[in-house]
Amino acid sequence: MIEGAIWRKWVFFYVPMALFLLFLLFPFYWMVITSVRPDGELYRPWNSINYNPFWTWKPTWDHVRYLFEETLFASWLWNTTFIALASTAISLVCGVFAGYALSRLNFPFAGSLGTAIFITYLVPQTLLFIPLAEIIRNYRLGDTPWSLILTYPTFLIPFCTWLMMGYFKAVPRELEECARIDGASRWQAMLYIVIPVAIPGILSAGIFAFTLSWNEFIYALVFLSSPAQKTVSVGVTSELIRGDVFYWGPLMAGALLGSIPVAIAYSFFVEHYVAGLTGSVKG
Amino acid sequence: MAISAVSATTLREAPPPRRQRLLEDERWLAFVLLVPTIVLLGMFIAYPFIRGILLSVTSSRVGMPGDFVGLANFYKIFNDGIFRTSVYNTFVYTGVTTVFKLALGLWLAMLLNRNFRGKAFTRAFILLPFIIPTVLSTFAWKWMFDPTFSVLNWLLYHFGLITGRINWLGDPDLAMISIIIVNIWRGVPFFAISLLAGLQTISPELNEAAAVDGAKPWQRFWHITWPLLLPVTMVVVLFSVIQTFADFQIVYVMTGGGPANATHLFATYAYQIGIGTGLLSEGAAISLAMFPVLFLVVIIQLLYIRRVEVR
Repeated sequence: MIEGAIWRKWVFFYVPMALFLLFLLFPFYWMVITSVRPDGELYRPWNSINYNPFWTWKPTWDHVRYLFEETLFASWLWNTTFIALASTAISLVCGVFAGYALSRLNFPFAGSLGTAIFITYLVPQTLLFIPLAEIIRNYRLGDTPWSLILTYPTFLIPFCTWLMMGYFKAVPRELEECARIDGASRWQAMLYIVIPVAIPGILSAGIFAFTLSWNEFIYALVFLSSPAQKTVSVGVTSELIRGDVFYWGPLMAGALLGSIPVAIAYSFFVEHYVAGLTGSVKG
Repeated sequence: MAISAVSATTLREAPPPRRQRLLEDERWLAFVLLVPTIVLLGMFIAYPFIRGILLSVTSSRVGMPGDFVGLANFYKIFNDGIFRTSVYNTFVYTGVTTVFKLALGLWLAMLLNRNFRGKAFTRAFILLPFIIPTVLSTFAWKWMFDPTFSVLNWLLYHFGLITGRINWLGDPDLAMISIIIVNIWRGVPFFAISLLAGLQTISPELNEAAAVDGAKPWQRFWHITWPLLLPVTMVVVLFSVIQTFADFQIVYVMTGGGPANATHLFATYAYQIGIGTGLLSEGAAISLAMFPVLFLVVIIQLLYIRRVEVR
């Protein structure tokens, strides 16, 4: 650790660390406390006397109840889950296949195709949302979950492919060749020998893809219009704000509940997740 | 398109049919495996990109195909004050946040690279801003910056730093600072975790040897850690620049581009024109105006990765 006097530890480690944690985590604390605080306390001006904004002695479930009884929050949660799971599944199948082909098979244009897929990973959604909105309308997919299930893979597949390429490259060729000598077809060798070895990679790609699609906003905002079809982010944004009035209690409760599924998904796999993240960063 | 596992096993005894023999050929197998990816990326990336270019040279509106107008849309937006402000804002937003995200992220990564109690726990928690849906966490910030009920104002007031209220999102300069703070907050964990992974590949023996030779901590940082960390740093910075340059969510929630169009970025302005007012072709032109910069960054990224791989 840090050599020298105790004060050095405080100055160079504990204090900066505490400040970082405060900066990074305070908004979540604020979300939690707002979602259980009664409206009477919530809307007290910041300079009113004897008011402690950081704690409440009268926690309430009113905001959560409002969310489930007065809005379509339950449907938004379901829509988001369904869309995220379906687009993750599509992206994993495509990513595993493409990753295998690009890392283990010899065919013309393999290199340039790999580069092309990498470039699509770097194309932001905000570059294409306007023409895509038109195309989605022409395909008659507007306002259906399919508009997102089919478009989300465009930013998930490249990530999955690159991650899987890394994993497949680490599988020794001899393993596959042995299976081939034992009479397995190429397809079988891939399915029963190579893919099982890469399961940790598939898992982290899946979690990452799931969180990315849960997070996506602009496509969902542009392609979905009826309240019952919306995802959590879009529903909360458009249905809990009426003109200039923000329903802050339910809004924060919705933000919190909409965050919990991803937080759980990733907390179970945090180590894989970090490995996947850095794997992708190293390209 | 996929042959099920069951049929693949049962087929083993019988002489392989044509379909099976074709899959033994590497080129055919590669083709079959890549078709779904190519179809999806072609339909929803390549095709929209071409459509976007075609759209930007017409006068289309929502529900109206419009005529070919050449570069009129581009001419129009380059003479539009709000567009110019958006361009300026986007560069400031990207530049300032990237510097802070890198500096703070590196600092946090160095802190996390030490041994201390609750390390795993802390690492898991600091990733939260990056994990939680951006729109939802940005609402927490919007609420913290609320002009009347702002907890930040409460804190500053009680520490004696301000006497009156600060209208964070109502003043053009403060609004810009606010969205920059939120972007830094969201990006620091990504930088920290990626750089931490880079730090962990550096052998501690190098640092110990240098320490034995009498190198001061900052000398060790500049001559050992920083050069070894540079490849990861480059990739992280370039990736973050692309994401930040094309950002939409934070501004959309925090200010909607306001007050008085002062905080628009490319993407939010394109949304306002293209979707909000229905001028599809003009919106497409604004979006596409991002392309040259993004293209340049992608090229640098590709060249850099290739160079690293060759080494």
